[in-house]
Amino acid sequence: MTESDNHFVADHIQDLKPSGIRRFFDLASQMDNVISLGVGEPDFVTPWNVIEASYHSLEQGYTAYTANAGLFELREAVSNFLATEYHVSYRAEDQLLITVGASQAIDVAFRAILNPGEEVIVIEPSFVSYIPAIELAGGKPVVVEAEETFEFKVQKEQIEAAITPNTKAILLCSPNNPTGASLDEQDLRAIAGVVKEHDLVVVSDEIYADLLYDDVYTSFASIDGMIDRTILISGFSKSFAMTGWRLGYAAGPASIIKAMTKIHQYTIMCAPTMAQYGALEALKNGRVKVQEMKNSYRQRRNYVVKALNDMGLTCHLPGGAFYVFPSIKATGMTSEAFAEALLEDQRVAVVPGNVFGASGEGYIRCSYAASMKQLAEAMKRMREFMKKMNLVDES
Amino acid sequence: MEAKEIELLQLLESNGRLSDETIASMIELDKEEVTAMIERLENECSILGYSTLINWAKVLNEEVVTAMIEVKVTPTRGKGFDQVAERIYRFEEVKALYLMSGGYDLSLTIEGNTMMEISRFVSDKLSTLDSVVSTVTHFVLKKYKHDGVIFEDQQDTDKRMVVSP
Ligand SMILES: Cc1ncc(COP(=O)(O)O)c(C=O)c1O
Repeated sequence: MTESDNHFVADHIQDLKPSGIRRFFDLASQMDNVISLGVGEPDFVTPWNVIEASYHSLEQGYTAYTANAGLFELREAVSNFLATEYHVSYRAEDQLLITVGASQAIDVAFRAILNPGEEVIVIEPSFVSYIPAIELAGGKPVVVEAEETFEFKVQKEQIEAAITPNTKAILLCSPNNPTGASLDEQDLRAIAGVVKEHDLVVVSDEIYADLLYDDVYTSFASIDGMIDRTILISGFSKSFAMTGWRLGYAAGPASIIKAMTKIHQYTIMCAPTMAQYGALEALKNGRVKVQEMKNSYRQRRNYVVKALNDMGLTCHLPGGAFYVFPSIKATGMTSEAFAEALLEDQRVAVVPGNVFGASGEGYIRCSYAASMKQLAEAMKRMREFMKKMNLVDES
Repeated sequence: MEAKEIELLQLLESNGRLSDETIASMIELDKEEVTAMIERLENECSILGYSTLINWAKVLNEEVVTAMIEVKVTPTRGKGFDQVAERIYRFEEVKALYLMSGGYDLSLTIEGNTMMEISRFVSDKLSTLDSVVSTVTHFVLKKYKHDGVIFEDQQDTDKRMVVSP
């Protein structure tokens, strides 16, 4: 069997498109002196009290499996957290599942709800895993394109237009990766109306909920009547700076969580025990640190948005997450060409918008989860790049 | 004090070299507003100065000895501890002075070029003050962390992959 002989690999996996992020990673990692604004994770290290609590659990010998759905104590802590922060009530006993990152929760959610061929409405530009997760679960993604005119917030009419008799679910993500767009209560209410009318379920990826900067966060599940139709997905990766711990959760109606837990029980058993003990500490005593990190992201967001607009890369002020999604249309280049040229010429890595869906063409994703020193240098280099292309005059 | 002022102070406290312009864009004000705000905070002595945290151990030929001294004193009638505290903090080599609860009264941090210099300060200047009852001197052997900053070399701190979803 040769390297290229892949007749053992299933057809539908061969057909699965490789992520465009991968190519950029390969390019950028071969170069020196690169400042990366291409990173989709916090620049903070996990708060020390969380690391220490996890050590402690190991020292105490908590090295065995936990319950399939996760440590009961942790589920209780998540339940309290969701109730106090987002005013949604979930029972620790049967409405919560601790997963291996939000990623696994997304995977299991679709496997639990989709019959072959059922459609899921996905709003692009979107996180890269959504479409593959739906396809792997046998479903059919139906893309709706959020527009810059509406600050990348999907309009209820767009969703309505995409509904067919086969529509089963809508996947929402607010604050959004890669646009930073955030849906407010009014936006969510409008969508809830459609959801109810067409008897749909919503998979709501709320992993950036704690990183909403100017407004009070509204969970989709907190909208009237939606708690019975929502699978709320979140986790510890972003707000607690715990990406490598691989810990997330899903909250939803007992029937769906039961179905998800069934899949989880056979395929994963349980999320890593030491990570669960760390997460427990994060919820108990980590909230202050989250606020500090959030403040710091907000300041950096303000700085980057101003600097980008000043150099002719226009973008609105995104409500949350740690991404800005400026337009590069004025350069006349494609997203990929722009990102490659910027990397070659100035050693700044950004992610071309089209990897997040066709509607991301004409944009780049810049993550501001980098130190102020790095951001300042990156902005300087990008300005230089724009100057070279005669797109900004130095005043 | 308004929220923006506190935000500005926190930014300057963690990095005194941030330009007014950078601060302005971080906290959504104009540059002129930031400049005026800093001036006001300086005038009302909320901002007392701008210093740089230096790891002197890394600078060759420049040895600094630091000691922490616990001092028991007799307070003065009518003035309490303030009078003796002032006598002590006016010495240039005293870098910090606090009134403490617990087993002793004053805690002071002192810097000098040699241990000798510090012990001379203790025997000649400090112990001889009327109100000073006793002193205990602890020399600092190694600085791990100071003012919230870890002194160990932290090379290659960014452990993330260059590009990720
Ligand atoms: C929108 C969104 N959802 C989910 C994830 C995955 O998070 P986790 O680390 O919890 O699997 C990410 C990570 O980039 C994300 O941006």
